[in-house]
Amino acid sequence: MSETRPIGEFGLSWLDASGEYSDIVLSTRVRLARNLQGHAFGARARVNDRVAVLEQVRSAHGRADLLADAEIRELARLAPRPRRILFERRLVSRELIGKKGTATAPATALVLSPRQPLSVMVNEEDHLRIQTLLSGLRLHEGWNALDALDDELGRELPYAYHHEFGFLTSCPTNVGTGLRASVLMHLPALVLTKEIGKVLQGLAQVGLTFRGLYGEGSEVVGNFFQLSNQTTLGKSEEDLVDHIDRIVRQVIQYETHARQVLLRDAPSVTEDKIWRAYGLLRYGRSVSFEELMNLLSGVRLGASLKLLPGLRVYSLNKVMIFSQPAHLEDAAGRDLSPAESDAHRAALVRRILTTEGVVHPDEDIGDGNGAPKGPG
Amino acid sequence: MKCQACGSDEVTVHLTQIVDKEMHTFHLCERCAAEKGLQKSSVPENFPLTEFLAQMEGEQPSVEAETRPPACSYCELAFSEFRESGRLGCPHCWSSFETQLRGLVRRIHSGSQHVGKVYLSPDPSTFEREKRLGVLRRKLERAVELEDFERAAELRDQIRATEPVA
Repeated sequence: MSETRPIGEFGLSWLDASGEYSDIVLSTRVRLARNLQGHAFGARARVNDRVAVLEQVRSAHGRADLLADAEIRELARLAPRPRRILFERRLVSRELIGKKGTATAPATALVLSPRQPLSVMVNEEDHLRIQTLLSGLRLHEGWNALDALDDELGRELPYAYHHEFGFLTSCPTNVGTGLRASVLMHLPALVLTKEIGKVLQGLAQVGLTFRGLYGEGSEVVGNFFQLSNQTTLGKSEEDLVDHIDRIVRQVIQYETHARQVLLRDAPSVTEDKIWRAYGLLRYGRSVSFEELMNLLSGVRLGASLKLLPGLRVYSLNKVMIFSQPAHLEDAAGRDLSPAESDAHRAALVRRILTTEGVVHPDEDIGDGNGAPKGPG
Repeated sequence: MKCQACGSDEVTVHLTQIVDKEMHTFHLCERCAAEKGLQKSSVPENFPLTEFLAQMEGEQPSVEAETRPPACSYCELAFSEFRESGRLGCPHCWSSFETQLRGLVRRIHSGSQHVGKVYLSPDPSTFEREKRLGVLRRKLERAVELEDFERAAELRDQIRATEPVA
């Protein structure tokens, strides 16, 4: 039986840019890794292990208040495109869907809550990955929500737990709390002022690591960095979350300072970069995803510095998610070749920039004598 | 995208280096990457554990060889397989390879003793229950300190639910 229900709005609530510092911190994601006693982990699990794990989750989810009305989507029953959409929304991992969305490992599933930004990946590397995705910097809120859901599920499910090592996981880098908190940050000014290397080196010294947009193994594009904790054992969840929160706030300060430096020391170059990026997005007819991310970085900086008045972070978040290949194909209702995809992407961006947040370039003509106008 | 070195083959390797506090990114094809000494690994990129395990192996090969533990009695994973993949086979592996894993987690994390959330299994022993109550009470104090009264009320309810019925 194949699954025909659409993916709908699942995993999109963070786009609204309602969280703290949402111009710099796109999203906060927290996840807990949990495993059930008596079953082999993901890579070594046989079909009957996987089916048994999913069945236990199925019966537990019905009794968890926080998952009331939640849907369970078995990935094997979804077509490749909806699977890729789930990946593009960062609700499932690349491993879970395969390179082109064609992997069909038995009994892998995603539990999706329609009311709250909570979901559970079932039968990935660990039996359960309980996760939340929120707008802006909201680490404590994310952890509290997961903690409550974890309590509910833990009352029903026999978790694998060790008095010394804590919650047991397939990979020793996740053991203990099983908690990984990642914050997706936009740090263009630190990159432009060449301070980013120092910041990233500093992160390693305080137990944090960075990755690209799609997590482990992904490339940094458009100056979007995902910062997360490297260790999961030996500290309480609250201490881990406090620590990351403190470091992220520091990085926000550095970025804000670097932006002030840009505006003070190179106002015309900065403005020019921002307006050029806006111009290409506003009028381009073909744009690759990588190019888009780089241009979005400039435009996002402009919106954040109020140099592109009227442009909202929400619109830019939307562009980022809906211009990914599977989302474009979903909107077109058919498969798209790479060239078609680039054209559809450009059209989508033009439409969003035209209808949401009108920017008036003529406000920025300067004093008419050819001298550039400073910011503000 | 074409390889930055040879300009002809498709890019499969992205290399980010930090040199003198500056970040450089190179996009290379597999062949050019191999020439630069970068090999595609069978485990996910950016995953340091297997390298780490290999280093441990190199440091103390003779001792390790003598004390190599028997395979996990539940899932039959051999310790050497874990060294290769960096992934354990089942929860029982943690007991089968306890000594080796203790050494490993101490080096990866800030210790080997879990100090976070205490799991209360569906049939908790008194000891587990007490430990968990301690954690919940600590959280309650913290919530009150932060004046998060909604959270405090939730925690109070949880403490009541966890306390043994008199």
